Amino acid sequence: MLVAELFASSLRMAVPILLTAIGAVYTERSGIVNIGLEGMMIVGSFWASVGAYFYGPIMGLIYAMMAGAFLALIHSVATVTFRVNQVVSGVALNILAYGSSRFLSLIIFNKATTSHHVSGFKTVDIPGLSEIAFLQPLMTDISPILIMALILVPVSKYIIDKTVFGLRLRSVGENPLAADTLGINVFAMRYAGVIISGMLAGAAGAYLTMEHTGMYVEGMTQGKGYIAMAAMIFGNWTPTGTLWASLLFGFAEALSLRAGEGSIIPYQFIKMIPYVLTLAVLTGIVKKSTPPAASGVPYDRSTG
Amino acid sequence: MGKAVELKNITKRFPGIVANDRINLEIQKGEIHAIVGENGAGKSTLMKVLAGLYQPDEGEIFIFGKKEKISSPNKAIELKIGMVHQHFMLVDRFTVLENIILGAEKKKGFTIDEKTCRETLKKLLELYNFKLDLDARLEDISVGHAQRVEIMKVLYRGADILVLDEPTAVLAPQEVDELFINLRRLKEEGKTIIFISHKLDEVLSIADNITVLRRGKAVGTVPADSVTKEELARMMVGKPVLMKLNKTPAEKGEVKLSLRDVMMKGHGGRNVLNGVTLKVCGGEIYGIVGVEGNGQKELAEAIIGLQQDYDGDIKVCGKPTKGLSIKQIRDMGVAFIPEDRHRQGLVLPMKVWENSILGLHRKEEFKKKTSIDIKKAEEFTSRNVKGFSIIISSIHQAIEGLSGGNQQKVILSRELSQEPIVILAAQPTRGLDIGAMEFVHQQLLEKRREGKAVVLISADLEEVLSISDRVGVIFDGEIVAEFTPEETTLEDIGVYMLGAHKKAGESA
Repeated sequence: MLVAELFASSLRMAVPILLTAIGAVYTERSGIVNIGLEGMMIVGSFWASVGAYFYGPIMGLIYAMMAGAFLALIHSVATVTFRVNQVVSGVALNILAYGSSRFLSLIIFNKATTSHHVSGFKTVDIPGLSEIAFLQPLMTDISPILIMALILVPVSKYIIDKTVFGLRLRSVGENPLAADTLGINVFAMRYAGVIISGMLAGAAGAYLTMEHTGMYVEGMTQGKGYIAMAAMIFGNWTPTGTLWASLLFGFAEALSLRAGEGSIIPYQFIKMIPYVLTLAVLTGIVKKSTPPAASGVPYDRSTG
Repeated sequence: MGKAVELKNITKRFPGIVANDRINLEIQKGEIHAIVGENGAGKSTLMKVLAGLYQPDEGEIFIFGKKEKISSPNKAIELKIGMVHQHFMLVDRFTVLENIILGAEKKKGFTIDEKTCRETLKKLLELYNFKLDLDARLEDISVGHAQRVEIMKVLYRGADILVLDEPTAVLAPQEVDELFINLRRLKEEGKTIIFISHKLDEVLSIADNITVLRRGKAVGTVPADSVTKEELARMMVGKPVLMKLNKTPAEKGEVKLSLRDVMMKGHGGRNVLNGVTLKVCGGEIYGIVGVEGNGQKELAEAIIGLQQDYDGDIKVCGKPTKGLSIKQIRDMGVAFIPEDRHRQGLVLPMKVWENSILGLHRKEEFKKKTSIDIKKAEEFTSRNVKGFSIIISSIHQAIEGLSGGNQQKVILSRELSQEPIVILAAQPTRGLDIGAMEFVHQQLLEKRREGKAVVLISADLEEVLSISDRVGVIFDGEIVAEFTPEETTLEDIGVYMLGAHKKAGESA
């Protein structure tokens, strides 16, 4: 029972990381580093509260994804079209996301740091399996967004590996000049990669607000956007690898929540577990990982 | 047989120069037509016009007898013209198959129809008798095979006219032979091949007809079987060319540069240098040949001190250089002519005079209190410009506006001005035309006469054999064989370059 519960909790904690990390796979495979994922998650969490408060959970999710996509569009314009340094642009967007959410929260909800309470999607039980006592924590009260995130893994794998879109996306992330000479629109592919990542990060924010906390709280993303990037790197830029990495980080977080109760180790140290794990994992694997060759490199036709 | 390509009075101007000056050219269907000329003669411009990358200012283009306007690379493909670039346009981490179909995928809905793609490619490979493993990753195949992938790319897109830009520049002799077999097979199948090169031997052996360009003009078209190398060279340069350099016998001095068991790990932990041992004496030219990527670059960078992370010893005049800064190594008398002059040798947007004192700017002679004595620097540059006959409009011109040959001369004049003891020349004639190449060779021989130790790293076998006193073949980070030019042939060296059999390094 405890094992299943811990696993269920890990899975729930993993969802926002997984969604964002899959997004990160799309943007990085197209050759754009998106540090702004954290910010896109923040605007997602805020706009989900707006959409969900006024129009219900579906609009909450849509608002969140659109907000993430909008921020991603700014990132693409800056980094793809104007070849701004990708890290600088991403960091600027994170600050913008934080500030704008606080500002708009004050206007819309009259509160700077939280929204009103919002309701999430109706949870579902897996028929049949939820009857088994042992699996109950895992098979009941499941958020549709969680199911969506899990389905996204094989779907993304298929898109990236097997479709024309995926091949072209990968080609511009590896050698944009070669892709360009073959008539592939490098800019369009990179815009697509970044905007998909923004939508998914937005959805991750919506999950936090609607499914996890029931309201928007300032700072609720807690650096999950960065952890998602680490998960994507740990997952070696593939959707499947990213799934396992996200589960690991989700597990660390679930563990830190549980271990906190009545432990002799100070609470602050236990809260560090996911972040320390992130650092440890990255130092351990960074030499073996193989990022897309042109990731982070702006493409300029005249110089290749 | 009709005409595949006919160009009439093609003129293309760039600010200040006429790159193509009323060029007339006829290429018959099914022939291999070589276009030769010095750098800056307008070969590349002409081919870019044909590939749709440039629009001619004047003139008409007929493809298979029809007047056409090639407005874009896609239009060129539509007209069945395929360009095989000199620098491969390939994705290292993709498979051969993915590289070929990229951008022209056969689809089933959104999905790539891999089966159909594979069948189409297999048929093509069989038809032209090309050997390629479709599932190999590009990073794992040889340069020769990568070139085949490039050729397959244009064939897959249905090209009937193939334009190959300096295709042999990166190949070992055996690979060149294979390429020529492939090209002849393509010709048998009725493809038209335009072959751009400045290597006259190759042109004479593969082409049916040869068109010579000189300073933007077509000097003439001659059948390959009725012309000699000397005649071609004369057409290219406009004056008789010395095909044999006058090389005096070597007067070997003391050992100036020695390397012992130099090992270096590259990215990913693989050894890029695998115990290189060699000695170079004053008054000799030591040539290092090898297929690109076998450690030449790393070797040069270790000697000049760009890479410090190696095991083993490197000594200049008996003194170890490990741990010294590049400046200190240069001050010991090492001159460096880097392989990539745009990245390492020059700062392209800077002026000619600025580039010619790069690295020398700290010398007393250019100092005026805390700043640079610009007047002296300009005088120095003007002297160099004269001494090396560098063609420029002004020493205040940005160096990126100069031709490759003249840029290289600026580097040479700078590096040789400081009375070096060891001269490390990496691919010093890459991309240079015959005239400039001859000049570089003469300069290196001159330094040899003066008793300097010259290390010549080059992919051009003929060059190495013609001017070196000893030749070391580098394969997989190791000097696998050492010869004197007299005791070996191109083919012999080629075998070692491809690593076919390893022979223990015999150092002098």
